[in-house]
Amino acid sequence: MNWFKRITKGILTAPNERKDVPAGLWHSCEQCRTITFAKEHRNNLSVCMHCGHYDRMSAPAYFEALFDKDTYKSLFENIKPIDRLQFNDTKSYKKRLLQTQSQTGLDDAMLVAHGTINGKPLVIAAMDFRFIGGSMGSVVGEKIARAIDFCLAQSQPLLIISQSGGARMMESAFSLAQMAKTAAKLAQLADAKIPYISLMTNPTTGGVTASFAMLGDINLAEPKALIGFAGPRVIKETIKKDLPEGFQTSEFLMQHGFLDLIVPRHELKTTVAQLLGYFAN
Amino acid sequence: MSFCSIAMIFLDFEQPIADLHAHLEKVRDISRTDGIDLSAAIAELEQKLLLTKQSIYTKLSRWQKVQLSRHPERPYTLYYISQLFSQFTELHGDRLCADDTAIVGGWATLEGRTVMVIGHQKGTDTKSRQYRNFGMANPEGYRKALRLMKLAEKFGKPILCLIDTPGAFPGIEAEERGQAEAIARNLFEMARLRVPVIATVIGEGASGGAIGIGLGDRVLMLENTWYSVISPESCSSILWRTWNEKEQAAEQLQLTATDMLQFGLIDGIVPEPLGGAQYDPALTAQNLRQQLLRYLDELRTLPTETLLAQRLQKYSAMGEFQVV
Repeated sequence: MNWFKRITKGILTAPNERKDVPAGLWHSCEQCRTITFAKEHRNNLSVCMHCGHYDRMSAPAYFEALFDKDTYKSLFENIKPIDRLQFNDTKSYKKRLLQTQSQTGLDDAMLVAHGTINGKPLVIAAMDFRFIGGSMGSVVGEKIARAIDFCLAQSQPLLIISQSGGARMMESAFSLAQMAKTAAKLAQLADAKIPYISLMTNPTTGGVTASFAMLGDINLAEPKALIGFAGPRVIKETIKKDLPEGFQTSEFLMQHGFLDLIVPRHELKTTVAQLLGYFAN
Repeated sequence: MSFCSIAMIFLDFEQPIADLHAHLEKVRDISRTDGIDLSAAIAELEQKLLLTKQSIYTKLSRWQKVQLSRHPERPYTLYYISQLFSQFTELHGDRLCADDTAIVGGWATLEGRTVMVIGHQKGTDTKSRQYRNFGMANPEGYRKALRLMKLAEKFGKPILCLIDTPGAFPGIEAEERGQAEAIARNLFEMARLRVPVIATVIGEGASGGAIGIGLGDRVLMLENTWYSVISPESCSSILWRTWNEKEQAAEQLQLTATDMLQFGLIDGIVPEPLGGAQYDPALTAQNLRQQLLRYLDELRTLPTETLLAQRLQKYSAMGEFQVV
């Protein structure tokens, strides 16, 4: 049975022989491991050209992909997070904010912009998972509230792109209050009969799903995204059973009646523009 | 001072009180059975007990308040309903799927006027705890709550919500039937209910499961309760990667009634007897009743449009950020 055993153990490449690849030049698909040019991968909307795996896309990348070329303008960039509770876990929240801000170049987990999409005006509020797991704190809630005020003043429809692990613990009750705040503002938008489209991407969980993400006039999702209220691990620990195949995926939610459409990323712009047309014409 | 003769349940930090209590009972017992006059010793012990209680209960840590909010003898929604209202008729079912026993609700009469009361319900023994699913509602619970709220709105009756949940139930069926959608829908609809809504945290106020029936014109908390985006235990497990930092997590989350009032996220605190509601449930209910009546009177006089505008304003203002 010798051939089952490794005769020499460990990695034998000496450190000085290791070949470093310049970071950011290549992209390795997390599903099929195929290596592609990072730029080509980005041009393909971060969908693997080999296996079709969806990589997470940043908020600015969604703006680039959806808005007509050079038409969009950022809004509310002056809203920034603060550490009201002086929260301290293994690291202070203040420090965590500063570090994440310098790593990502983002102020918080939400960006808002307005522009046109196939010529139709639209406000997009897009979450960014890179910023503390796209968690919802006061800034996310406030930016949604201001985006809604902008939509009300300009009579423009709203698209929110969710990408979030849920509420931001370091803002405790303020974070929880954003669920109520965003839902109340969406009720105001609904009363003014202005369309709201919600797009759920991987992942959309917790307080984000249980507030604005599920409240679209039209609920959209990207294929195979994780969407749910409780995280799969929490459910598994609670019920002490294995979870069924495909549980909490976009397709699962579609099957249970919580989504209108699952939209491939390449068709997103056309689909959103088409939907806006139904409301406008 | 008088003490009930049934065995009381004490929490870990109440051990000095438990010891004195046991001691006092023993002395009383001797006095009774042997006919010896020990009134001086009893009085002294009673005094000592009172002082010990004061020293412990007036300096409760946040985690200790969390423990009190979960005290097994703490009154739950149906107890308050029995004390607050002259009559109550429970209404069942969401008209879509099932009747969730973790949330109860129905018509009730408060000072001769009809209100809709809705609250999480926990059980009092193993069997009823299971029956109530430990106060963890499924989507049906939130949808039943919404159905009852819409019913109240239709007939212009105010709504009182009592919050006491360790969280919305995290289960397979709950996800299949849209736990997130049910909570989101409640928030959306509660924001524009055309009748006054008062929500009170009477025990645990854990996250989406709590706020799912918690958006109102006034939000109150009983003195020894908590309201947070996550339980201290789960927070500890996620941020510290251990279950052991729950005290620290509770401190960091700043989740008590006092914290919440200071943050301007709630409107008032309902006082509890020294040591918690379990010491005198009837008095606690009376305190709650007073506050509910006061806020109902305040809200009843408001024109509907003002009520709705103020509610929207209240929630729009929640959040801490800087504008640069």
